Amino acid sequence: MAGATPTGWKRWVYSTNHKDIGIMYIWFAFFAGLIGFGMSGIIRMELAEPGIQFIPSVFGITEDQARHMFNVLTTGHGLIMVFFMVMPALIGGFGNYFVPLMIGAPDMAFPRMNNISFWLMPPSFILLLLSTFVEGQAGQPGFGGGWTAYAPLSTYGHTGPAMDFAIFSLHLAGASSIMGAINYITTIWNMRAPGMTLHKMPLFSWSVLITAVLLLLALPVLAGAITMLLTDRNFGTTFFDPAGGGDPILFQHLFWFFGHPEVYIMILPAFGIVSHIVSTFSKKSIFGYLGMAYAMAAIGFIGFIVWAHHMYTVGLSLNTKVYFVAATMVIAVPTGVKIFSWVATMWGGSITFKTPMLYAIAFILLFTVGGVTGVVLSNAGADVALHDTYYVVAHFHYVLSLGAVFAIFAGLYYWIGKMSGRQYPEWAGQLQFWVTFIGVNTIFFPQHFLGLQGMPRRYVDYPDAFTYWNQISSYGYLITLVGVIMFILVFAYTLFFAKKTVPDNQWGEGATTLEWTLSSPPPFHQFNELPDMSKSTGH
Amino acid sequence: MASEEVKHDYHLVDPSPWPAVGSLAAFLATFGGVYAMKPDATLFGVKGEVFGLYCFWAGLLMLFYTAFAWWKDVIKEANTGDHTPVVRIGLRYGMILFIASEVMFFVAWFWAFFNAWLFPIVPIPDVTAFWDVITMEAPWPPEGIETFDPWHLPFMNTLILLLSGTTVTWAHHSMLEGDRDMTKQMLWFTVLLGALFSCLQGFEYSHAAFGFSGSIYSASFYMATGFHGFHVLIGTIFLAVCLGRLYKGHFSPEHHFGFEAAAWYWHFVDVVWLFLFIFIYILGASPFGG
Repeated sequence: MAGATPTGWKRWVYSTNHKDIGIMYIWFAFFAGLIGFGMSGIIRMELAEPGIQFIPSVFGITEDQARHMFNVLTTGHGLIMVFFMVMPALIGGFGNYFVPLMIGAPDMAFPRMNNISFWLMPPSFILLLLSTFVEGQAGQPGFGGGWTAYAPLSTYGHTGPAMDFAIFSLHLAGASSIMGAINYITTIWNMRAPGMTLHKMPLFSWSVLITAVLLLLALPVLAGAITMLLTDRNFGTTFFDPAGGGDPILFQHLFWFFGHPEVYIMILPAFGIVSHIVSTFSKKSIFGYLGMAYAMAAIGFIGFIVWAHHMYTVGLSLNTKVYFVAATMVIAVPTGVKIFSWVATMWGGSITFKTPMLYAIAFILLFTVGGVTGVVLSNAGADVALHDTYYVVAHFHYVLSLGAVFAIFAGLYYWIGKMSGRQYPEWAGQLQFWVTFIGVNTIFFPQHFLGLQGMPRRYVDYPDAFTYWNQISSYGYLITLVGVIMFILVFAYTLFFAKKTVPDNQWGEGATTLEWTLSSPPPFHQFNELPDMSKSTGH
Repeated sequence: MASEEVKHDYHLVDPSPWPAVGSLAAFLATFGGVYAMKPDATLFGVKGEVFGLYCFWAGLLMLFYTAFAWWKDVIKEANTGDHTPVVRIGLRYGMILFIASEVMFFVAWFWAFFNAWLFPIVPIPDVTAFWDVITMEAPWPPEGIETFDPWHLPFMNTLILLLSGTTVTWAHHSMLEGDRDMTKQMLWFTVLLGALFSCLQGFEYSHAAFGFSGSIYSASFYMATGFHGFHVLIGTIFLAVCLGRLYKGHFSPEHHFGFEAAAWYWHFVDVVWLFLFIFIYILGASPFGG
């Protein structure tokens, strides 16, 4: 049984090793992220000036084709960043690599299923990329109906095979995530080291456990919804077609019943990573550990009963809206518990401002900004004015691009020494942080103003009045581009040129979780003798 | 690296080609599936009808083979002692969680049905452009739909499934008591009852007074009962595999999780049917609240 360790390509393709699979997930997320980031570059360059000129001149197409291509790009950017960048990095990557290490387990519960979870991602991604090249809207390539794929844009709005490709892409990604969720939950329930009770378990493991529950319960509903799209498109059913008694709003309900938990799926693992980093670099254990764990559970639960706040403008009854406003605002309470607990962890701590800590602090700051605009948007009255404006775009990029993505950067800087045994140059990491921090804020902060001025999202063109802040936003993209190039350089240097010198615990007394008791990188199979956590009081 | 002695009971699974092969199969099936559904669409000038269906079936066959080979490995591992007590607990969690995700899949189909049944709508005539549809309340069941008499074949099918739930539990108890002959007998009954259910369902479909397309009633009816029927087939195959393993002597009174998982799955299929029977067949035959 155990012991066979193939080399070469088989090591990766046949893998049943959680660390190798985690590494593959991170590389996958990296390349998909570059494609998604490139798409947003085209979007920002087109929006740098009013009028439609960048896309037609660069791609040599007509203005009308450029309009559709712009829509395809925003759709692709959203789908790629959600399903092929943030989720694979946070859950598949860090989750795979560090959950077993942190709970003192030798591997995941189902190592072979773990590998199909990863290997379904490249086919899924290829299907999505193919989708952008085949016919979508009559005579035009790709699906341009937004990542939410609302009917009827996704039914008779795009009759070509592009939408079918996108649907199957999501089916495969969903199957991958459901199997991953089963794996994480089973691993965490069944394979914690002796003495490691749930109430001693590190917060990142908690965050992945709750994320996995959300994935398990939310994704099958999406699978059902997109299967209905598929049969409406190809087999004559009328789930979303009023002509046959169907209801397009049904799709929105089904989509957001998945979609709202999905945003917590993306942010909860980020919460977990930030908790570790804040604790490590404050040299204090986390403030209010149990409150932190149960706040995540509360966010996960409430996340399932607020979905229609994405649908305030579809004609919900007043009572329905009142309920969804109230339920949505309740989420601010456990989220506030987390923000204040991070601040309280830092309070009186002996803080060192290493790159991961800079990213973690920036996460807390910027996520709070995104959270506060979320409370604004939770008001059904205000949302009628702000719905589908750049205010919403600014809001969700503050919680995701400046939240979840900052946590990915934080995690990479925090754990790259552990994963590779090689350390990034601190000055370069800090410089990369500041450039990225300035860049993304320059992109997204002005979008609040544009939204308040009434600029709608998902348009290739805009009136001259919106020019000023759009230009600033596009300059921000260029700064971020420098940040991304620096990121590539820093990590290329680290992985290919830095020496393998990282000790077991590079961050000192603040880093208390089990991964820091192992060598850097850890052995192929760790914990052949399980660690005894019954005497441990920390988490 | 494996030189160090392993002092735990977890199962460190050997490297395996099946996940990657299965993913490739899934790609072929979905890629081909798109062009099977869009036979007139072209790829590099080649029409979808030329390759779509072949590609789809090739992928599907490859997927079946992957499932076969993968589970064959699992059975081999079970028979060679890799499934220690702690691993068996993990397998139990895994199966329960899988069934939970399946339940949520059916939630989507029931949601579609309830949405249509509780708030039936049709477009107001003469407003035809799809971006400008205005709807009004509609009768239920929709005009032109003649529903099944729930106390005819559907009720028969309910009794068949409930009986099969009884026989599979009987088989389980016989297994626990080491009565192998009775286990075989009861498992045979279960598999046959499952097959009978599928036959009757097929018979019912072929005698339906409404077609598949064009109405929300037929959409939610056929997709919900169809996916249930599909799960009945999977459950029947799962139980039949267990029957074969029973003849090969794979199960002992203490160690027979493969069978237990099949029984759990069968009960899940059974419960889904009860919901279908109550809400779609009985109550859904007339307007909500009336």
